[in-house]
Amino acid sequence: MQYMLLICGGPEAAEHAEDGCGGWSEEMAERGVLRGGAGLRPPHEATTVRVRSDEVLLSDGPFAETREQVGGFCLIECADLDEAVEIASKHPAATYGSIEVRPIWQP
Amino acid sequence: MTDVQTALVRAFRDEWGQVVATLIRLTGDWDLAEECAQDAFTQAVGAWARDGVPRRPGAWLTTTARNRALDRLRRDAVGAAKLREVAAMPEPEHFEDDSGVPDDRLRLMFTCCHPALSMDAQVALTLRTLAGLTPAEIARALLVAGPALRKRLVRAKQKIRHAGIPYRVPPAHLLPERTPAVLAVLYLLFNEGYSATAGADLLRRELSAEAIRLARVLHELMPDEPEATGLLALLLLQDSRRDSRVDERGDLVLLADQDRDRWDHAQIAEGVALLEGALRRGAPGPYQVQAAIAACHGKAARAADTDWPQIAALYGKLAAMTRSPVVELNRAVAVGMAEGPAEGLRLLSDVDLPGYHLVPATRAEFLRRLGRRAEAAAEYREALRLVTTDAERRFLTRRLAEVG
Repeated sequence: MQYMLLICGGPEAAEHAEDGCGGWSEEMAERGVLRGGAGLRPPHEATTVRVRSDEVLLSDGPFAETREQVGGFCLIECADLDEAVEIASKHPAATYGSIEVRPIWQP
Repeated sequence: MTDVQTALVRAFRDEWGQVVATLIRLTGDWDLAEECAQDAFTQAVGAWARDGVPRRPGAWLTTTARNRALDRLRRDAVGAAKLREVAAMPEPEHFEDDSGVPDDRLRLMFTCCHPALSMDAQVALTLRTLAGLTPAEIARALLVAGPALRKRLVRAKQKIRHAGIPYRVPPAHLLPERTPAVLAVLYLLFNEGYSATAGADLLRRELSAEAIRLARVLHELMPDEPEATGLLALLLLQDSRRDSRVDERGDLVLLADQDRDRWDHAQIAEGVALLEGALRRGAPGPYQVQAAIAACHGKAARAADTDWPQIAALYGKLAAMTRSPVVELNRAVAVGMAEGPAEGLRLLSDVDLPGYHLVPATRAEFLRRLGRRAEAAAEYREALRLVTTDAERRFLTRRLAEVG
């Protein structure tokens, strides 16, 4: 199964911007579960795209109303949700923010 | 009942959960597992009547359900890979297990209660899959409409499939996060056996007995979890009244009218002792509070001795913990007993439980005691419109005749 880990920083995310991943990436690369991923520029540099009635609407920033915003993502491939949760729970961001685990849509 | 019927009832009680669990593990498909288990039980009706009850009904049912799954997967090309796995299935084997849970069924319940599902979904799925309750019964137990419950079950199964939630016995250190759902399952399982009418049969009574047995195992497994102890105490105290709750015609006997000599006093003593042990841990939860309420009733030698002010106070505590409208309803009843029907009636006006027959029935009771007979009659008629069990219908009809 493939899962997208959406790494969401909490209010203190900025303090952790330079932390790195504390060996997480290395461990997961060794286990062969990482399929891709990257960190993201902060939410205020985001642009949101919507198409309504054939019109493209651009707006500044994400519209998410929560204080926790997506700060990065990883694509992983592993056996099942339990393993995905185990992988996510080892990511340092889980200790100050949260990580949303989303299965990849399969036809 | 014939021997075959008795054997089927017993097999359903003892084996349903295990058969479904085995099929889920093999096929990974909850719906297929349930349908195949159902088919196996249907086939058993004819086959056992013809050939006699097999020596190991569980093995017979599992094999039959597995063959049914093979048929279904064969017809379905998408299942080719699964088909090989199922076909290669050895004799029903046991689960790998490092949970330390010393009971098959309880272990399956912990397996079912995966925390990636909402608490409601965990409870509904477990009652459906392992206890074999029908969606209608589960909807009634959870106080939701039937279609909403069915939708909830479908969504939960979809999430299991799409998110890859595995069906696996959790290791011991992961049990605590699943315990609240398992407690809720045992509580509702008990209630399903307890609130069905006595005439409804053996199986229902045995649901309660099974819930008590499992609560006992859980309490022994988690002696430091006061809510597990509280639940066991609660179930023992409620069940102690089982023989006096209906009369020989199968009609409901109200608490006040019950023959208290027929209560199981040994069971009451055990429940009270367990509760006191749990409360000493200083972490009261909803099950302990409910057990405390049941203990107040159990300790009253006559109905007139009931400590209603204490019970009303406990319901106040419970209402603050649960915010459940059913608890508010019960609190109104207790306050009505402690402070008089007018005060009960006042609290009842805030209870928001549309379509629940006990609300108009309770209002009718208060109005009757206040001598407002015409208003009481109207409320009894409304309750009769909503009631679902025959025993309660007869009770309300009698009351209506009294005030009419």
